Amino acid sequence: MPQARQPHAHLPHRLLPPARRWSLTNPKVRSGLIQLVLAGVILWLIWSFYDNAQVNLARLGVTSGFGFLDQHAGFSISQSLIPYDENMTYGRVFLIGLLNTLLVAVCGIMLATVLGFVMGVARLSGNAVIRVLSAAYVEVTRNLPPLFQIMFWYLAALAVLPGPRESWSFGLQPLMMWIGGGLEKLGLSAVGGWLMAQAAQLSAPGVFLSNRGLVMPRPVFEPGSGVVFWALVFAVLLSVVLGRWARRRRERTGQPFPVALAVVALLLVLPLLAAVATGFPVHVEQPELRGFNFAGGVNIIPEFVALLLALSIYTAGYIAEIVRAGISSVPREQVEAARALGLRGPQLLRLVVIPQAMRVIVPPLTSQYVNIAKNSTLGVAIGYPDLVSLFAGTVLERTGLAIEIIVMIMAVYLTISLLTAGAMAFYNKRIALVER
Amino acid sequence: MSAPVAVEMIDVNKWFGDFHVLRDVNLAVAQGERIVICGPSGSGKSTLIRCINRLEAHQSGRIIVDGVELTDDLRNIEQVRSEVGMCFQHFNLFPHLTILENCTLAPIWVRKMAKREAEELAMHFLAKVRIPDQANKYPGQLSGGQQQRVAIARALCMRPRIMLFDEPTSALDPEMVKEVLDTMVELAADGMTMLCVTHEMGFARQVADRVVFMDEGQIIEMNAPEPFFTAPRHERTRLFLSQILR
Amino acid sequence: MASLHDTSGRNNAPYMATALVPARMPPQGQGKGWRWVRSNLAGSVLQVVLTLFGLWLVYMIVPPLLSFFITDAIWTGENRTACLPPQEGVSVGACWPFIRAKFDQLIYGFYPADERWRVNIAYGLGALLLLPLLVPRLPGKRLNMMLFFGVFPVIAFVLLTGGNLRLSAFLGALSPGLGFWGDALLCAFILLAAAVGFTALRNGALAAREVARQLLVPVAVAALVLLAVDVDFGLVPVETRLWGGLLVTLVITLVGVSVSLPLGIVLALGRRSRLPLVRISSVVFIEFWRGVPVITVLFFATYMLPLFLPGDMSIDALLRALVGVALFASAYMAEVVRGGLQAIPKGQYEGAEALGLGQGLAMRLVVLPQALRVVIPGIANTFIGLFKDTTLVLIVAIFDLLGAMRAAFTDPNWATPTTLFTGFGFAGLIYFAFSFGMSRYSMALERHLNREQRT
Repeated sequence: MPQARQPHAHLPHRLLPPARRWSLTNPKVRSGLIQLVLAGVILWLIWSFYDNAQVNLARLGVTSGFGFLDQHAGFSISQSLIPYDENMTYGRVFLIGLLNTLLVAVCGIMLATVLGFVMGVARLSGNAVIRVLSAAYVEVTRNLPPLFQIMFWYLAALAVLPGPRESWSFGLQPLMMWIGGGLEKLGLSAVGGWLMAQAAQLSAPGVFLSNRGLVMPRPVFEPGSGVVFWALVFAVLLSVVLGRWARRRRERTGQPFPVALAVVALLLVLPLLAAVATGFPVHVEQPELRGFNFAGGVNIIPEFVALLLALSIYTAGYIAEIVRAGISSVPREQVEAARALGLRGPQLLRLVVIPQAMRVIVPPLTSQYVNIAKNSTLGVAIGYPDLVSLFAGTVLERTGLAIEIIVMIMAVYLTISLLTAGAMAFYNKRIALVER
Repeated sequence: MSAPVAVEMIDVNKWFGDFHVLRDVNLAVAQGERIVICGPSGSGKSTLIRCINRLEAHQSGRIIVDGVELTDDLRNIEQVRSEVGMCFQHFNLFPHLTILENCTLAPIWVRKMAKREAEELAMHFLAKVRIPDQANKYPGQLSGGQQQRVAIARALCMRPRIMLFDEPTSALDPEMVKEVLDTMVELAADGMTMLCVTHEMGFARQVADRVVFMDEGQIIEMNAPEPFFTAPRHERTRLFLSQILR
Repeated sequence: MASLHDTSGRNNAPYMATALVPARMPPQGQGKGWRWVRSNLAGSVLQVVLTLFGLWLVYMIVPPLLSFFITDAIWTGENRTACLPPQEGVSVGACWPFIRAKFDQLIYGFYPADERWRVNIAYGLGALLLLPLLVPRLPGKRLNMMLFFGVFPVIAFVLLTGGNLRLSAFLGALSPGLGFWGDALLCAFILLAAAVGFTALRNGALAAREVARQLLVPVAVAALVLLAVDVDFGLVPVETRLWGGLLVTLVITLVGVSVSLPLGIVLALGRRSRLPLVRISSVVFIEFWRGVPVITVLFFATYMLPLFLPGDMSIDALLRALVGVALFASAYMAEVVRGGLQAIPKGQYEGAEALGLGQGLAMRLVVLPQALRVVIPGIANTFIGLFKDTTLVLIVAIFDLLGAMRAAFTDPNWATPTTLFTGFGFAGLIYFAFSFGMSRYSMALERHLNREQRT
């Protein structure tokens, strides 16, 4: 085959005779042809999708468009962060779904991060029992499907909780009762009895867990609470100033300053002082058992609790592996060099290990955060009113506008994903180790 | 009048698992003395000097550094580590910090020095190893020889009384060995107490007060460089020298 | 330094060892086991506290699980009464008769009982072909692969659906009376003639024969496959809406795996292509399906796709879900493969091309085998992810293992306090065994390949 010697597109072919102009072995012709065919296929697909959709929608008698967002929704929603009633529009429903998705995602991210970092560090522990336990945690949580875990928490674990009347309570009172009971069993009945007597005088406990969800006290703000709020803001600002001052002082004189302690003190003392001065304008509304359910307080629906638990526990398994890999990626020699310089303990971690580990940890960690947001859509299986459940579930059923609704939902998640990807690209560029 | 002892090791033994890596090692290093330690790989020479700032813990015997005995007591370890500088085969600079930050890190956080002061100190030593103009670059941007000189400057910033070198030139390209050795020779001329694990026999002849030959975890022979190289007495020393000198 | 030999110290004089110190064992109390205990369990107060805490956790978790699922469990019974606690306040363990009663439903769904032998044959054949594929030592990998990924799906398809698709003549207007097979033959002939003629015109007769041979094989294979699904073997057709349980889970996983790997490789190559249109369309495809949640992909395939297709074309619900799975799985796979392609040094491309291999051959013989080897863990993770994501089809009303389990929970004949936990325990065990097995296998395979490469 004489043509076998023809140049390939990617090799420099300056020294070879130029390819025939309209030959298939001319790389330019070939690539042009391939792209032409591809363009044709894509255009045909788009056109036929559009054409079929027109025909099908006409046949089904659906009026397409986004006008439905202004229509009355006419159904109730079990959890809403903003005021809602049945007379409000589908647009409002969209907003509520989005907020509910973000709520469970943000809470899940915080919980999963804490749990994941603890588990990741535990996997590197010097203690064999802790190591084995955290490894077991990681294997079990990562190898069970997230939807399985959501269903388990919702259908099995939360369902066996007692009804509101016998709900489990958490708070100072039950804790004191529990300790007192324990002490009595140990033979210290005098102390135990006293503790239980004290507990009995306290008001009802704060947090109730039952098969209706989690009920917590709600802070009620009265006039004057603004002062307390501004005191808190002022304390935050003061903390920032203090932090910068402490850093400058350390750089100037080398003297450290217990910033963390001071900041905690500031954040506690200033609002407290303000509260005392204004006569405690904030009080806590305790939930109370009325009939078969609780009145007052904040009620967190069981769907939220189940979804949050499942997402955090599932994702924490992945975060643990990311943290472990990140910390292991810092060479042992780096730690030795830092030790040889006299650094130790927390300083060694903060100045040498963590900055290097974070470069490895942050990018996959961020994609786990996006995964939490994406997996929160699984709440639809247990009826948590998130974006997908409200929109692709209830609203789609009522309006039949599949294209508009699915496009809107996909757009939301695509925006989240692309924004995160962009932020990560920026971060990676900024922190990339400078090499020759 | 004899100079005070900087490092003393008495009947030191160490095991990695069941592997007996240091066997009854006895060594005393006077202040200002320069020791070169050589021996085949796996002979325990790196472990020996890593025991001196307790990157490795010994299991029996005593190690006394500058009058402080190394025990499990954390305070003793800290004190020793901040007085003993160390350079590694692979430099081990912190890749996320600039050259200057590498040098000021320990003075600021361990010595509690003011930042300005630490930077002046760092620039002083960077000038001494002849790379002050690279201060704001990152380690990855420097050549191996430059990185090793930065590592020396970084150790010097803690104003150590003793310097340990663990094969400082083995990971370098041949053309960069000299610049690092020159820096070490200058350091020796300033009277620093030095323990170097190295196979640079030219350096040993020029600088060392004593050469220590180790094999199988023990000191086989120890002598001033001249007699050590010209008239090795132990059979193993002779074999080793014939292999590396040719 | 002049004071060389008069410093204080023990042995600064010239020294020579007279006898070598023999290696000794570590001193008493530092034996292997004790050392391990010291450094891993009880080195310090904190260590001891952690050990005790860990053991307490184990004590709180493991014995109750064992007693629930084994010692306290109910093993025999016909209905819920067997699993109810004998009296108030007494707790009983897992209700295994519930699993036994629902076992068929969990494994086959509502597949007709008389036809379940077909599913069993498919299961057995799959296992028979898969197992030797998994053992690296066994020979005949190429044939085995072709059997598992090429022949098995066709057989399984015919077995499970009943085959006999009654393919319709598609050249209808052009060839009335010719029927489907006439059409197919005609098309194959035209295709072959065109290719041979074109090549003959350009390159001479020898190449034309080569092209004919290369084209004949795919045409023949396609004909065989079509024939297999079209012939009436006398099997009763079973609609996919009757399928369920583990069957659906495995079908979706296998189809997803076998579609996503080749498609993912094509997309990954497309993303690295020099042709802008190819590159851009690959990037858009990959990033779009990776950017949206899996459940919206399934919603897309279920509710939106039918609107995009001609109105008279009704697609099976399971097939719709499979399309959705294939879409996102290949996008994920593409990113994994791309990582592998990036890890292959430029020298490998150059070396292959220096040997005169064309771009396609260099990719197929040199780069891809290495790239795929690099990303075995990533591929395995994608498969595991796919396996776990099969549970999502229950949201679009297809009953996979989890869906079948949820349906079983609603049976009032088996409503007991422990039914739910028993069901989740059983399903969890299956899911865990598959994903854990896959991840362990990929690790072992990776180690094996690394070892092989080094020697």
